[in-house]
Amino acid sequence: MYRIALKMLMGDRGKYLGLIMGLTFAALLVTQQSSIFTGLMTRTYSFINDLSQPDIWVMDPKVQYIDDIKPLQDTELFRVRGVHGVEWAVPLYKGLLKARLQDGNFQIVNVLGLDDATLIGGPPQMIEGDLSDLRRQDAIIVNDVGAATRLAKRPKEGGGKATPLQVGDVLEINDRRAVVVGISKVSRTFQSQPVIYTTYSRAMNFAPRERKLLSFVLVKASDGLNSKELAQRIRQNTGLAAYTAQEFKDLTYDYYMNNTGIPINFGIAVMLGFLIGTAIAGQTFYNFTLENLRYFGTLKAMGTTNGVLLKMILVQALVVGLLGFGLGVGAAALFGFLMSDSELAFRLIPEILFLAAGAISLIVVLSALVSIRKVMKLEPAIVFKG
Amino acid sequence: MGPDGNAVYLRGVTKTYVSGPSRVPALRGIDLDVPAGELLMLVGPSGCGKTTLISVVAGILDHDEGDSLVFGNDLRAMSQGQRTAFRGTNIGFVFQAYNLIPSLTAGENVAVPLLILKHSRKDALTRSREVLEAVGLGEKVSALPTALSGGQQQRVAIARALVHDPRLVVCDEPTSALDADTGRMVMEVLRRTALSENRALIIVTHDNRIFNFADRIVRMDDGRIILVEPQVATP
Repeated sequence: MYRIALKMLMGDRGKYLGLIMGLTFAALLVTQQSSIFTGLMTRTYSFINDLSQPDIWVMDPKVQYIDDIKPLQDTELFRVRGVHGVEWAVPLYKGLLKARLQDGNFQIVNVLGLDDATLIGGPPQMIEGDLSDLRRQDAIIVNDVGAATRLAKRPKEGGGKATPLQVGDVLEINDRRAVVVGISKVSRTFQSQPVIYTTYSRAMNFAPRERKLLSFVLVKASDGLNSKELAQRIRQNTGLAAYTAQEFKDLTYDYYMNNTGIPINFGIAVMLGFLIGTAIAGQTFYNFTLENLRYFGTLKAMGTTNGVLLKMILVQALVVGLLGFGLGVGAAALFGFLMSDSELAFRLIPEILFLAAGAISLIVVLSALVSIRKVMKLEPAIVFKG
Repeated sequence: MGPDGNAVYLRGVTKTYVSGPSRVPALRGIDLDVPAGELLMLVGPSGCGKTTLISVVAGILDHDEGDSLVFGNDLRAMSQGQRTAFRGTNIGFVFQAYNLIPSLTAGENVAVPLLILKHSRKDALTRSREVLEAVGLGEKVSALPTALSGGQQQRVAIARALVHDPRLVVCDEPTSALDADTGRMVMEVLRRTALSENRALIIVTHDNRIFNFADRIVRMDDGRIILVEPQVATP
């Protein structure tokens, strides 16, 4: 009987394709928008991800997220180093500074000042040059995307193609000379500013004069010591905020979730996809059932039980649901793959597949319910009504 | 078998359709016996209750009062599930509009009653081919209904009604959508293949061209049987 159900479904090509299209569209929209949302939210803490070495981030207690810099006094570094269980603690400067390009234009850049001695906190991958080149005079390392886009050298005459910033090129950061000694690859950040690495002491020179300039203290826990325990100890001993990397990511993520319109905007898009998908699939499935009511009535008259008819409709719904889900998720994945070299934030994680599967299942169940109700209440005597 | 060996035994059967305040009596006390081996035609003007009567007999509509036994079984006393199972085993249906599922081949359409009875697909299709051959459509097993003429579609429908060897076949206007020759051919097939001493046929029809195929003709009007005409079938 299930084969009959499928033949009935696929026999009406127009409605069959319409159903699959509706569900594919819904799955595509839900998956694509959720992936972009996830990609965007991942970018909010991508910088924390890139710094894999420290176990704990120490900062001003008022800091709400990674880019919310509330500088500390340099002496806080020594207080943290004095906490029992700290294997090492290094300073990190992070700040938005103005860079003057060779053509005279200015560009806001995200400057990271690494501990002069250890260079802990450097980029996860070097494309050109070496991290240790930062020890050279006026040295900076620029991320590849920033070098190729916002920091690229524009032709003096209008038009023409911009040339990516290269090793050996010179910038001015806050009127200080900065020489590119390397090109790195970093994860894209939420603000998409070019990322410039330099030493902590050089960053102090680049930054405007202030009493406090230390952004974070990066801490490694001693072997065998639980990071959460150590973070708690640092908080108690110094009065500063101390988070494990995961806690700091969560803090940043929560800030963007609670204080920006991003979740609502993407939520609306996902909900629209869901509603439109439900409307298209529901109406098409209902029309399909209505047009086949005579045949369902015939089957009922000939001895098919309501239970079997219910299963037949569920099989039909399941098949279009699976096809729509597969095609929609496949199209979203293809979209993500094709856009992988663009600035688009797209991150398709397994949880999104479950979300899309849940959404499509719900659409299919809602659509099928209307049809099931109609067929269950169908009087077999309808078959003699012409 | 029912009382006195009748396939169908009806006494004082009534049925009234109720829709809001309006009440439309469709059957006003029907008494009727149909013995096995008989081809009975129900005739009469539109709205006289013919279709309601075969719906009651076929167990797809509940009557209000009276006794209705089919092969001795009181369908009204059965649960919904038991009645559905009874129909599946004992009743064959032929419809005016054929009601063949358009996406299934003729062979698959004919096999449906056997699949409902949980026969294997292979067995059902084998039996379906045999019955299609019996109605002269052995070469059309793989044809879709849209590729068949009206007469051929009705013969497929007859094959579907007979494939599970039911004891009662009910037909609603089986020839009204067909021209005279085709209608006659369909009736010949129906009478030749469907009628046996163990099986009764009840045909609702307006088509006086086929009256001579009946063993007995029952005329209805306004929910009542007004005349029973014994007739010797002369197809």
